[in-house]
Amino acid sequence: MSPASNLVRRAVLAAGFVFLYAPIVILAVMSFNASRLVSVWGGFSTKWYAALLENELLIQSARISFAAAALSASIATLLGLLAAVSLSRFGSFRSRLLFFGAVHAPLVLPEVVLGLALLSCFVALGVGRGFTTLVIGHVTLTMCFTTVALLAALRGCDPTLEEAAMDLGATPARAFALVALPQIMPALASAFLLAFTISLDDFVIASFATGPGATTLPMRIYSQVRLGVSPQINAISTLLLGLVAIALGLSALAMRRAKR
Amino acid sequence: MSAPLLSVQGATKAFGATVALDDVSLHVGAGEFFALLGPSGCGKTTLMRCIAGFETPDSGRLTLRGEDLAGVPPHKRPVNMMFQSYALFPHLDVFENVAFGLRRKGEAKEAIEARVGELLEMTQLAPFGARRINELSGGQRQRVALARALAPRPALLLLDEPLGALDRKLREETQFQLKEIQRKTQTSFVIVTHDQDEALALADRIAVMRAGRVEQIAPPLDLYENPATRFVAGFVGETNFVEGVVARRDGPVLQTSFARLPRATCALPEGARATLSIRPERIEVARDGAGIPGRVEDFVFRGEYTLLRVRVSPEIVLRVGAYDGRYQIGDEVKLTIGPEAGVLFAEEA
Repeated sequence: MSPASNLVRRAVLAAGFVFLYAPIVILAVMSFNASRLVSVWGGFSTKWYAALLENELLIQSARISFAAAALSASIATLLGLLAAVSLSRFGSFRSRLLFFGAVHAPLVLPEVVLGLALLSCFVALGVGRGFTTLVIGHVTLTMCFTTVALLAALRGCDPTLEEAAMDLGATPARAFALVALPQIMPALASAFLLAFTISLDDFVIASFATGPGATTLPMRIYSQVRLGVSPQINAISTLLLGLVAIALGLSALAMRRAKR
Repeated sequence: MSAPLLSVQGATKAFGATVALDDVSLHVGAGEFFALLGPSGCGKTTLMRCIAGFETPDSGRLTLRGEDLAGVPPHKRPVNMMFQSYALFPHLDVFENVAFGLRRKGEAKEAIEARVGELLEMTQLAPFGARRINELSGGQRQRVALARALAPRPALLLLDEPLGALDRKLREETQFQLKEIQRKTQTSFVIVTHDQDEALALADRIAVMRAGRVEQIAPPLDLYENPATRFVAGFVGETNFVEGVVARRDGPVLQTSFARLPRATCALPEGARATLSIRPERIEVARDGAGIPGRVEDFVFRGEYTLLRVRVSPEIVLRVGAYDGRYQIGDEVKLTIGPEAGVLFAEEA
C-alpha cells in the first residue's frame, strides 16, 4: 500500500464521517455556546442546560415522551414476541403468509399514511385523542420492528432444546419459558430498546395520534423551533441524542452477548 | 423373554411422498439393550421420534408396559431421549441440566441433590457440577446428556447416535461405559445408529432397517453369521458377494465364473441365479495344495489379521483374511470356501 493511496483512503473516510455527523456535532457544540445567537460562538457555557430545568413545558413533554416510550415499547415487545412465536413455532398454518405480511407492513408503509389511518380510525370510533391514543399509535409503529428482531432470535434457537425439555417432562409452554425464553433474553432487551428509541424519536405518528395535553418532546421542540431557535433546543436535542446513543449501544451489546 | 416393555405393531409413517416407516413391528424387553441399525434415511430416527412422542405414526400401535401410547404427549411418557446433538441447555450448569427432569417431576430438594449426585458420580462428572455447558469437552457433554436423560428413571432410554460426535478412541471407551451403565441401571436402552460396529458391540439384539422396513431382528452373532437378506449381509460386517447359478445334480453346487462351490444346504431350485455372501475370514488361504487359484493384488495389515485382495478371475477379486503367514503382492495362493461357510441368497428380482 503506497502512502498516497493510504492518504486518499483516509480522506474519503473522513469526508464520509463529516457528511454524516458534522451537523450533529455542530448541534451538540452549539448547546454549550454562551451566546444567544445560534451561529456565533461566544464561549463555553452550560447555562442552556440549567435553563432547561426551568422550562416547565419542555420537562412536561419529556415526561410524556418517556412514559409513552416505556409503555408502548413494553406492549410492542410482548405483542412482537407473540407474533414471532406464532410465525416460528406453529409451522405453516393457513393465512401464515398473510399474517407475516401484515405484521411487517408498517416497516415499508409511509409513516404519514399510518398516522392518517390512525387519526381517521380514532375519529371514526369517537375516541378522544391523548396519551392512550399516542401509545396505541406507537405500538402499531414499533411492533413490526420487535417482531422482526424476535423472529430472528427464535429462528436462531435450536428447537431440539425445547424437545429435550418436553422429553424431560416439561409441558410445551413450560419448555418455551424455561428453555427458549432465557436464550432470547438479549434479543428481548434489544427489541425493547429499539421500540423505546423509535417511540421517543417519533414525530409524525405522534402528531396524528396525540391530542392536547399529551404533547411529546419532538413535537414540543418542533413547535418551539418555529418560534425561533433557542440554544435550549440544542441542549435538549443533545440530551436526547445522548440517550438514544446509549440505548442503541446497550441494544448492540445485548445482541453481541447473545451471539456468543 | 417376558412380556415386552415396548411393543411396536405395524407402525407406518409417511412424510408427503416419502415413506419413512413401512409396517414396522418390533418388541423391546425390560432391561434389554436394543439397537436400530441402518443407513441414513432408513427410518430409524423417525421410529425413535415416534417412541418419544415427537412424531405420530399414521397407522399402527405403540404400547409401553401394555398401555397404548397414542395421544400421550412427550412430557407424559416415561421415556427419555438422549439427542444426537445432546441438546443440553446452554443457560444452565451441569447440575441443573441433570436436575431438569427431576424438577419437572416436583421432587424434593434433597432427593434431587442425591439423585443428581449419584448420576454425576456414575458418569464421572462429579467435579463438574457447577460448570457451564460451553466449558465442557465433547466427551463430557455426551456424559451430561446421558446423565440428564437417565435422571428421571425412565422405563426406556432412547439414544440417537450417542457416540457419533466422539473421536474413535473415546468412542470405544464410551461403549464400555454405556454397557456398564445400562447393566447398573437395569433400564432398557434403544440405540439408533448407522455404525454397525457400535450396534454389534453394544446391543443384545439388533433390528436392521432399510427404506422404512425392518430387514432382520437378531442378536449380533446371528446377524453376522446368518444374515436374512443380502442387504443385511452387506451392511453388517465385511463380506464378499459371489454370483452364480445353482446346480443340484450330485448335491447342491453354486456354479460361478471361476469355480464350482459345493454347498452343504441349499433350498434354491436347479438353475436359479444366486449370490453367496462369504466373510473374508471364512475363506481359507494357503500357499499350495488344492483350491481356487488366485494372485494377491494388494494387502492391508489389520493387526490380528491381514486383509488380502486376491484376484481369482479377470473380473473377480475376493477379500480374504489371512491369520498367519506373510504374503507379498503377486504371490500365488489357493483359496478354499467350505460348504458350510457363507450364506446363499436368491437373486433379488
